[in-house]
Amino acid sequence: MGMQTIGRPTTPVAVAGSNGGTISGSKGLQQREDLIFEVGALDKTGVDLPTPKGRKDRLGGVARKTDVALPGLSEPEAVRHYVRLSQKNYAIDLGLFPLGSCTMKHNPRLNEKAARMAGFADIHPMQPQRTVQGALELIDELATWLKTLTGMPAVAMSPKAGAHGELCGMLAIRQALIARGEAATRKRVLVPASAHGTNPATAIQCGFIVDEIKADARGRVDMDDLKAKLETTDDIAGIMLTNPNTCGLFETDMKDIADLIHEAGGYFYCDGANFNAIVGRVRPGDLGVDAMHINLHKTFSTPHGGGGPGSGPTVLSEALAPFAPVPYVIKDEDGFHLVEDIEGEAANAFGRMVAFHGQMGMFVRALTYMLSHGADGLKQVAEDAVLNANYIQARMKDIMTPAFDGYCMHEALFSDAFAAEGVETIDIAKALIDEGYHPMTMYFPLVVHGAMLVEPTETESKQELDRFCDALTGVANKAAAGDPSLKGAPYFAPKKRLDETQAARKPILKWTPPVPEAIAAE
Amino acid sequence: MSTYFTEDHEWITVDGETGTIGITTYAAEQLGDVVFVEVPETGASFGKGDDMAVVESVKAASDVYAPVAGEITEGNEALADAPETVNEDPEGKGWFCKLKLSDKAELEGLMDAAAYKSYCEGL
Amino acid sequence: MRYLPLTPEDRSAMLNTIGAASVDDFYQDVPQSARLDGQIHGLPDHQGELAVERHMARLAAKNTTASDGPFFVGAGAYKHHVPASVDMIIQRSEFLTTYTPYQPEIAQGTLQTLFEFQTQVAEMTAMDVANASMYDGSTACAEAAVMACRVTRRKKVVLSGGLHPHYAAATRLLCEAQGIEVIELPPAIDGELELAKHVDDATACIIGQSPNVFGTVTDLSPVADAAHDKKALLVSVFTEAVSLGLVTPPGEMGADIAVGEGQSIGNPLTFGGPYVGLFACTQKLVRQMPGRLCGETVDADGERGFVLTLSTREQHIRRDKATSNICTNSGLCALAFTSHMTLLGGAGFEQLAQLNHETACDLADALEAVPGVKILTPRFFNEFAFETPVDAEAVLAMLEERGVLGGVRASRLVPDGDMGNVIIAAATECTTQDDIAAYAAALKEVI
Repeated sequence: MGMQTIGRPTTPVAVAGSNGGTISGSKGLQQREDLIFEVGALDKTGVDLPTPKGRKDRLGGVARKTDVALPGLSEPEAVRHYVRLSQKNYAIDLGLFPLGSCTMKHNPRLNEKAARMAGFADIHPMQPQRTVQGALELIDELATWLKTLTGMPAVAMSPKAGAHGELCGMLAIRQALIARGEAATRKRVLVPASAHGTNPATAIQCGFIVDEIKADARGRVDMDDLKAKLETTDDIAGIMLTNPNTCGLFETDMKDIADLIHEAGGYFYCDGANFNAIVGRVRPGDLGVDAMHINLHKTFSTPHGGGGPGSGPTVLSEALAPFAPVPYVIKDEDGFHLVEDIEGEAANAFGRMVAFHGQMGMFVRALTYMLSHGADGLKQVAEDAVLNANYIQARMKDIMTPAFDGYCMHEALFSDAFAAEGVETIDIAKALIDEGYHPMTMYFPLVVHGAMLVEPTETESKQELDRFCDALTGVANKAAAGDPSLKGAPYFAPKKRLDETQAARKPILKWTPPVPEAIAAE
Repeated sequence: MSTYFTEDHEWITVDGETGTIGITTYAAEQLGDVVFVEVPETGASFGKGDDMAVVESVKAASDVYAPVAGEITEGNEALADAPETVNEDPEGKGWFCKLKLSDKAELEGLMDAAAYKSYCEGL
Repeated sequence: MRYLPLTPEDRSAMLNTIGAASVDDFYQDVPQSARLDGQIHGLPDHQGELAVERHMARLAAKNTTASDGPFFVGAGAYKHHVPASVDMIIQRSEFLTTYTPYQPEIAQGTLQTLFEFQTQVAEMTAMDVANASMYDGSTACAEAAVMACRVTRRKKVVLSGGLHPHYAAATRLLCEAQGIEVIELPPAIDGELELAKHVDDATACIIGQSPNVFGTVTDLSPVADAAHDKKALLVSVFTEAVSLGLVTPPGEMGADIAVGEGQSIGNPLTFGGPYVGLFACTQKLVRQMPGRLCGETVDADGERGFVLTLSTREQHIRRDKATSNICTNSGLCALAFTSHMTLLGGAGFEQLAQLNHETACDLADALEAVPGVKILTPRFFNEFAFETPVDAEAVLAMLEERGVLGGVRASRLVPDGDMGNVIIAAATECTTQDDIAAYAAALKEVI
């Protein structure tokens, strides 16, 4: 035979012991990547610019004295830097991201394509309005969708994120109280204990006083406590209530709460963070709401981008609409116009919240999403989101401890009661990382011990949910058995558990050049 | 010198007209790793029960209440650079501030060490 | 529906597992009167990609873009070139479709870029520390004002007459809601140093801007000294981040807090948002800062890593005692900013700034040569105000008919400033000599 013996082995060989580390610090596809300050060079650049002529004659000598001592990278180095770093992130595009109250749904790429059309991306907010009629029309069209879906007569488009929308709504309430001549006395805002932290923070930012209402055993507002808080009414400014609430439950007494608050002379702010559960099925306007922000980056799929940008248009009732902030878009026979000044029809506006007109880039994405789904699809969105959450709750209810009885809305809430002594929620969360999932929201809401809030969203398939539930079942069983290995999780993430105590005690908030040894020795 | 305790887990050791205030060992354990302490400025005055200082762990920020009314005579500046002292020696080097008492009668409502111990056991 | 994976069979199998008859069961807590029968009226049904893209393209086509012709509009947002790789980087799924890095073990990518961003912003502004971004420059300015009041325990802020009027409005709104007195100096093209006369023992901070809304650059050092004499803070504002490469930065003028708009670096105009607010301060003030901060630490193996830190300042922990209610910030815009800065490097950034300045100088020369035009801004970076004998709105409309978007009329920003004939014009590295010539020629025709 003409035996050919040259070639590579094709069967892996078992080797005793593991490879503890590598020389490079990389772990296969997990590439080590240092800070740009350690890999770049001060005289390097990834941008080719014309050579300046050097004239500074109109600067009046107001010139920078020190160099901008920042390194540059060539384009290939820069691209590699960021791509390597990106691979240390979990993302929706990689898998289920069941972060409760954050609505991490698929971000359609058509939205991105539309936002990059030059007619949207390359227009200036202070161009003559005649030259941006399409942009103003888009804002108006999106506003129509939001008003129709919520059953509310007006919407302020400029808030930059959810918390900024809360600020908008509460400032509108404040302005309404000023108009009534009651701003000085009506200072008390009721906020349930289960609320997002932004709610009390927002109320305080608007000069209100926060009065906390208890949750009842069903995870809803404790109506007895609410009524007790309303025994005196002449100091009531309003209530801030999330619905569906942060326990993933619909506030059964929503209309009664609205009536009580209105009878007390206050206004009803609804935190719309969880609108995804009810879009197309329930209109907040039918529930007595006076103001509600809508996180376009939750319900309407604009990307979270690692923490923003968001967008928080805020719908307003008839009672609050006159106080909406400038700017806003109106239409007449000549086309679309921006109302920018606090005069004329906007004479009662509470002010201006931001430079320019709001998060246009997010408006484009959200409208693209709405048009794609249509009214029929958005209703299906809510139903599938709620179905998926209930499916997880049903599959996990005998293994974990549901915080409350009955069906949930778009997110399922569990307490840590099922876990053995010594195993904490964070251990379960970190173990899920090893299983390939982003953990659920942990330790929120505060009204449930060791809370785990699971929000799958509607963009997960049944197969994906089953795989997740299988993994979660395994981790929960380990937790119930007190498996000590959970404390060390995650084992397979780019980093082990990080020392947050050290970070907070001795904050290092920027890179500083290492001290040269010769100087350090002195 | 005698030491008194509050239900909110502050202690105060009184020597003449001046009291030294901190948080108890029980509180320091419950808070976990303390990362930052904001002590009151010298000269500031507080009523009994007023927010007088802030103690932060990584995951929580808690207000420290004045156990009695008085005027601050000294804050423990060393805690700024070494907040861990509050965990290591909460009822000693981890003191927060010294205060000149306005009304020593206010001490009567506070617990002694034995009463505080059984109070904590009941929590 | 292309975005919904569940099939009818899946849905019935899942309802079966749950033990529910239909999804209506899940909505039983909704009051009957608030349940919608059928679907919401007045909105269209779902559409395919092609139809939606056509709809959006039709709207986009109705707008004139900044690249369609000579373009000189600024006043708080600026047309700059964004390298192609920046957009590719921010479209990486792992950056685009992730959340705030609350689980640091699987968010080191976002965290490290934020740490790099903070370092870059601190260096550019010549300040000690910077946070991980705010919504935009105007909200950063408002937050700086209320932070100064927290730090100094005073309740009065003074705004210069050159502060961008939108920034002043956002600041006034937040301050007044909190019972803080706001003093606004009258609009002034070159009035930043006036601030020094308006600081007293009750003043928490004075807020000046350089380059200001009329383009004027000012060394605010005397203002800083006046503020510090009264134990007040100086908040130094900028709306054009590229200016930091050439103009005296806040830290060199003694600012305690520096805030500004970062859009110019890495971020397209997009009709005003999303942008990225920059926020920096001195080391002493770091625990009073609003917004997220990323810090360096180690993991259980002792390897360097990054986490969000000092979060007890923030609303999700501090609730009603938080430094701000801000939650979401501008993460992806900050990534665009930092990746563009990484491509530029410090030297490239300074070069870019220089190019902006001299293009604006060329523009000023060309416009000044038009009879009747008077440049009003005495010292500028890449933007200046000028006056013509004709109403600015009419001038801009006639320029627009000639294909030139010539700037912003000052009266749109300062309706009461008696500036009816004043135009604010900006030039950047995108402005060509042909653009400048076209502007000058058109202006000559219309005035």
